[in-house]
Amino acid sequence: MKRVIKNSIVLLALITLITSCDKSKRKPNLQYMPNMYESVSYDTYGENSIYSNNMASRLPVEGTVARNSELPYEYENTIDGYKLAKAELKNPLDSTKIDFKKGKKLYDIYCISCHGKKGDGQGELVKREKFLGIPNYKDRDITEGSIYHVIMYGLNMMGSHASQLTEEERWQVVAYVQQLKNN
Amino acid sequence: MKSVKKHNLISRLTLSSLAFLFFFSINLSAQGDAAKGKKLFNANCAACHKLDKKVVGPALGGVTEKRDNAWLKAWIKDNAAFQKVDADAKEAAAFSPASMTAFPQLSDQDIDDILAFTSAPPVKKVVKATTDNVESTNKPENKDNTLTYILGAIMFVMLLMIYNLYRTVIEMKDDTKSKNLSEQLKSVCDAFKANKFLHFLLLIFFTLLGTWFVFSWLFQVGVDQGYQPIQPIKFSHKIHAGDNKIDCQYCHSSAKHSKTSGIPSANVCMNCHKNISEVAEDTKIVLDGITYGKEALDKEIQEKLYTAVGWDADKLEYTGKTQPIEWVRVHNLSNFVYYNHSQHVTVAGFKCQKCHGPVETMDEVYQFSPLTMGWCINCHKDSEIDMTENGYYKKIHEQLANKYGVEKVTEAQMGGMECGKCHY
Ligand code: HEC
Ligand code: HEC
Ligand code: HEC
Ligand code: HEC
Ligand code: HEC
Ligand code: HEC
Ligand code: HEC
Repeated sequence: MKRVIKNSIVLLALITLITSCDKSKRKPNLQYMPNMYESVSYDTYGENSIYSNNMASRLPVEGTVARNSELPYEYENTIDGYKLAKAELKNPLDSTKIDFKKGKKLYDIYCISCHGKKGDGQGELVKREKFLGIPNYKDRDITEGSIYHVIMYGLNMMGSHASQLTEEERWQVVAYVQQLKNN
Repeated sequence: MKSVKKHNLISRLTLSSLAFLFFFSINLSAQGDAAKGKKLFNANCAACHKLDKKVVGPALGGVTEKRDNAWLKAWIKDNAAFQKVDADAKEAAAFSPASMTAFPQLSDQDIDDILAFTSAPPVKKVVKATTDNVESTNKPENKDNTLTYILGAIMFVMLLMIYNLYRTVIEMKDDTKSKNLSEQLKSVCDAFKANKFLHFLLLIFFTLLGTWFVFSWLFQVGVDQGYQPIQPIKFSHKIHAGDNKIDCQYCHSSAKHSKTSGIPSANVCMNCHKNISEVAEDTKIVLDGITYGKEALDKEIQEKLYTAVGWDADKLEYTGKTQPIEWVRVHNLSNFVYYNHSQHVTVAGFKCQKCHGPVETMDEVYQFSPLTMGWCINCHKDSEIDMTENGYYKKIHEQLANKYGVEKVTEAQMGGMECGKCHY
């Protein structure tokens, strides 16, 4: 009898002890075998103390081009570069490769918050008066070359969107912007 | 002499006030509609000009005092042509290497409207009392109290049981009046000791309860559902993805064709924050029950973000001194599991919210899903594959449909349960 009572009390105490461990949402939980969970190789955004800024991810060495990657963009980020691109840069995708559905999908992710659904400069950020002065594509004298140039480098208050889109995707967006302008 | 002087003063005063009135009335006659002007300004000029601060072009607040109306009209309509004929214009153009767009489409009235807007006195910003901006550092963290409650409830039931037992004993003996409290308790204890069946029941009860607790505790080891680390910048998904409807993939742009979704590098932030250096009066976020208003959030942008990218907000240029923002990783699968975003986002076409929950309502991200093997497998069992999109799947779809004798094929039947797909 005594034993039963004692045992149950001990058990109860133990359970309370275990389950009432402070499980803070600010700290990751306990793990069984951390050494099998944690990556030995460097993770995408991990740290690496070898480098001065501790970042494991590095920029490609200057002047090099990775295999299968796009070639460097030749036009300079100046007004002259802009004019040159506007005059001579052409879309390498022919009409069979241009996919307006894909272009629209990308445009709706990357450009719509400023330029608006129809390209009239009435995006969500403009409507909420967070970011003002977005032009209507129809008011601008733009060509496929200049649109591509602007995606690569940005223009004044518009930033570069080159890091978010691949070369092919940029040209799809360019085609879609031209369609918006012309309708 | 004194009186003359005074007279002089008075006449000067009247004169100048007359002149002021005159000036004002002229101004009025040339004045457009400031409300319309604001609209035009926001649509055409705000990308490069602010009223009180230089951006790409100079600050425009009060330009009408510096330049006359005709000059401004000529400049705004076509500044490149105007520079060729006007010396002042040529000087103005030296302001920056960027050049201003020509606006031939604006009428004289439009320009008057805009100028009226630029010379309208700026509305004084009312800074709200900052009581809701205080950061308190020693606030206790939320604990998960459910287990404590359950335990409390069990204790309560136990007490009830004992009390009932006590009542029965008393009724059986029916001589409550004669005994004092300690004797009564003793008699209860005796009754309890004598009842072997009750001992047995208690034993079973405690064993089951204990097992349940121990197992549920063991099963949550290594599961970080609800994990919500403190981030170095008080970046709110609610404000960005919710209120301002920025697409998830604007920032997490590698989700569409790579294993990781990626955390945006700071240049992506600067696409907007070069321009948005402060938040609106009513923008606020709530972390841990504490509200952070404009004052605190402006600091997050101007001190933390600008320092990280090395942006000099006064000179409007990059200093070149950068430092990484050390975001704390929330979701983290074990190293022995392979998970790929593009497979699920691009190929399967899932919305991010399916796995990450209502991120657009979170001021601070937390892990919504358990990320256990059971979670992955259950979804693979339930998800039917859309195979109409590409030719490769069409063929395999037919074969698999024949094999399983069903119309549609789930991911599990496609091989989403093979250990080697996720563990290798
Ligand atoms: C953060 C807001 C923002 C986003 C996002 C944005 N833009 Fe812009 N865009 C601007 C602003 C501001 C201007 C006006 C720049 C100027 O003329 O000073 C502009 C101008 C343009 C122009 C006209 C440039 C010219 O030659 O006159 C084009 C074309 C353009 N954007 C294309 C795009 C495309 C394509 C995307 C999506 C990949 C995009 N923009 C995303 C803000 C944005
Ligand atoms: C593409 C960016 C851009 C846009 C859009 C723009 N401006 Fe400008 N503006 C400039 C720049 C840059 C200067 C400085 C002159 C220079 O460097 O060419 C300037 C100068 C001016 C000046 C001369 C200020 C002075 O006193 O020297 C006025 C006035 C002016 N802008 C008015 C306007 C108005 C009104 C609009 C809208 C209808 C507008 N700007 C739109 C870029 C812009
Ligand atoms: C303005 C840019 C931006 C947008 C838009 C955005 N995010 Fe994020 N996201 C971030 C940044 C920066 C972080 C890292 C800081 C943090 O965890 O709060 C992050 C972190 C996350 C994380 C946690 C990553 C981890 O460490 O495990 C998830 C999940 C996430 N975002 C999902 C989404 C979803 C879903 C959406 C769309 C509803 C979205 N994000 C929209 C910038 C953005
Ligand atoms: C099928 C479920 C699922 C979907 C759909 C999904 N995610 Fe994830 N996400 C995960 C898992 C699982 C992880 C953990 C990956 C790891 O630790 O390797 C993760 C991790 C992340 C991270 C942390 C960084 C990384 O890549 O490891 C971010 C950011 C993120 N997701 C954003 C998104 C966004 C944005 C979308 C929508 C475009 C999305 N996720 C769609 C399951 C999903
Ligand atoms: C597409 C435009 C856009 C991008 C990209 C963007 N922001 Fe913002 N950000 C905004 C807007 C709009 C606001 C709200 C301003 C307001 O309410 O007045 C804001 C507000 C903020 C605030 C204050 C409110 C809060 O969330 O705490 C911070 C901090 C912030 N952003 C940081 C970032 C960081 C860090 C990044 C990069 C990961 C980023 N932003 C990318 C548009 C953007
Ligand atoms: C929301 C449902 C869902 C969740 C949760 C989910 N998956 Fe999937 N997964 C899918 C679907 C649907 C596909 C098939 C995509 C296709 O090929 O059309 C898939 C495909 C895969 C594949 C490729 C399988 C093959 O046949 O090649 C892998 C690997 C995978 N998932 C791993 C994971 C892992 C690891 C997790 C958990 C961290 C997970 N998934 C969670 C729905 C899900
Ligand atoms: C859809 C992807 C998927 C498939 C298929 C899958 N697993 Fe897993 N497995 C996971 C994930 C995700 C985890 C990590 C769970 C966690 O960390 O809590 C895991 C964890 C495990 C663990 C536990 C390791 C530990 O220490 O926590 C074992 C053992 C395991 N898997 C074995 C298998 C076997 C055997 C198969 C084949 C029958 C299999 N898995 C198939 C996704 C998968």
